[in-house]
Amino acid sequence: MKYFYVGAMAEVDREAEVAICERLAEEFHWPVRKLELPAADFAYDAARRQYGSIPVLAALVERCPEDAVKLLAVTERDLFIPVLTFVYGHAQLGGRVAVISLARLRQEFYGLPPNQPVFLERALKEALHEAGHTFGLVHCADKECAMSLATNIRQIDLKRAAFCASCAAHLRRRPRELGT
Amino acid sequence: MNTHWKILVVDDEEVMCESLAAWLREDGYSVDTASSGREAVEKAGQRDYAIYFVDLKMPGGMDGIETMMQIRRLRPEASIIIITAYATVDTAIAAMKEGAQEYIVKPCNPEEISLLVSRIIKVKNLQRENTILRKKLSRQYSAHDVISKNPRMRQILDLASEVASLRSTVLIQGESGTGKELIARAVHASGDRAQKPFVAVSCAALAETLLESELFGHEKGSFTGATERKRGKFEMADGGTIFLDEIGDISPKLQVDLLRVLQERCFYRVGGSEEVRVDVRVIAATHVNLQVAVAEGKFRDDLFYRLNVIEIRIPPLRERREDIPLLARHFMERLSHELGKDAREISEGALKILMDYNWPGNVRELENAMERAMVTCRGQELTEGDFSFLAQNGLASKAWVAPSGMTLQEMEKQLIVATIERTGGNIKESAAILGIDRSTMYEKIKRYEISR
Repeated sequence: MKYFYVGAMAEVDREAEVAICERLAEEFHWPVRKLELPAADFAYDAARRQYGSIPVLAALVERCPEDAVKLLAVTERDLFIPVLTFVYGHAQLGGRVAVISLARLRQEFYGLPPNQPVFLERALKEALHEAGHTFGLVHCADKECAMSLATNIRQIDLKRAAFCASCAAHLRRRPRELGT
Repeated sequence: MNTHWKILVVDDEEVMCESLAAWLREDGYSVDTASSGREAVEKAGQRDYAIYFVDLKMPGGMDGIETMMQIRRLRPEASIIIITAYATVDTAIAAMKEGAQEYIVKPCNPEEISLLVSRIIKVKNLQRENTILRKKLSRQYSAHDVISKNPRMRQILDLASEVASLRSTVLIQGESGTGKELIARAVHASGDRAQKPFVAVSCAALAETLLESELFGHEKGSFTGATERKRGKFEMADGGTIFLDEIGDISPKLQVDLLRVLQERCFYRVGGSEEVRVDVRVIAATHVNLQVAVAEGKFRDDLFYRLNVIEIRIPPLRERREDIPLLARHFMERLSHELGKDAREISEGALKILMDYNWPGNVRELENAMERAMVTCRGQELTEGDFSFLAQNGLASKAWVAPSGMTLQEMEKQLIVATIERTGGNIKESAAILGIDRSTMYEKIKRYEISR
């Protein structure tokens, strides 16, 4: 039996974790298992005061359980890759592991009052997006598709927490990776 | 998809190189990496990359500027983006002077890099499209390139040249695969509208409301999903020619709208109140007999008479068999370049198979058969064996027993459904197998209400 693992790193919003588990189970048809992961302190870059998503992915590959079809980690820490100022998430394209950061998904990050429903919706979109990359999906031209590239929060809000017909069809062409 | 655009990332720091490459791959680009200027120049010599991301400071005696200069010598069309962690005005000016298209400081905002790449790719797409269109125009769409020695076809080509510079509407009738669009393009390319747009619309491929918006455009907010104003094909063809393929399939409402455009040369965008005037020459085509459709009340007679000002009827290939060897040799010559094959001759036996075959899919089917034969051909001559699939088709049809109690339409529907299933829902491939064009295929799918 295979499982889709969701690995919550320390201090992750539990409501977001539950919502992500439910949505991934619904979308990819695999039973979802939770995995407790340590904080991403090992990936801290003092000069940038952020956490490198590349060492995080490398650590996830090491920790990925044998029976995992995919492992999506969720962290509260702000992630980056060396060439970019930040990333909302990072995945192995067509691989097994991915990570999303909740740090920039909260209204408070932009100086606005908290809004939990908006935050949860954004978390679902990013979870689907990075999980989609692990299934080999690349960015989609449909701005409302979860696989469209978002480089700012407005673009995330424009998306729906679902795949467009074309991306969904691409996923259906990889039935062995789906739990159907 | 962006996969046909290749990008090279050049940086001596592996983590920098790989992370940018991975990020671009998620956008669908095909990305290679190089860890030094020398490796980058070597790779540029082997492959044509659309964009080069080059780090400014690299060890080994060849920095980003020197790398860029050497790449530009090999690939003058290349777009080069210099990346640096040490931004100074001097280095930026030096990079731009030597031909860098952009200069970015790392770490950079994802939005900035994404916009930069999409802007460059947009320009490259337009350049490529322009080149292809120019090649196509000069190579294919002149009346001289319609290959035939059949007297009826010569008459058609003469007529096409005579009417090319008029604005009169042309109605082209002929079976699927006879080359209706080729004749329409020849009419356009021979006239004084040749330098203006030729816009082709397949009326069978779209539902009524979509076709209306496609033809006449729409205003922002005129229906769900109309997020901005869109110009229709009539506006796009202003000054040139609009080719309305499968005109026999348009709805009664669109027939009225089209009649108005033909009479008054103006229309309204969907949801709009502003009248749009256009100077467009209309060429329509159909594989159905419009006179019969008029008699049956399915097509407006006033629209038919407006369209049928100049009538061109293209004979099917089986009625001009003398063209088969000519066409076969023409396709062989063209395909040998495209497929990189060395075939130069067609054996007598192979020609006999081609001459004896009935070609229900007309010239398009002949072209497909030639391509299939060329793909499997091993020598310099196409032989009977290379066309065995045609002989099998013939034998199959002789041995085939017609099912009883079934109408012709039911049988056609079943054949289409089976072919679509066999190709896994690939309409283009199904249409090619059945020897009809895509628009005819869509028209039949719509008519028989076949779910895909």
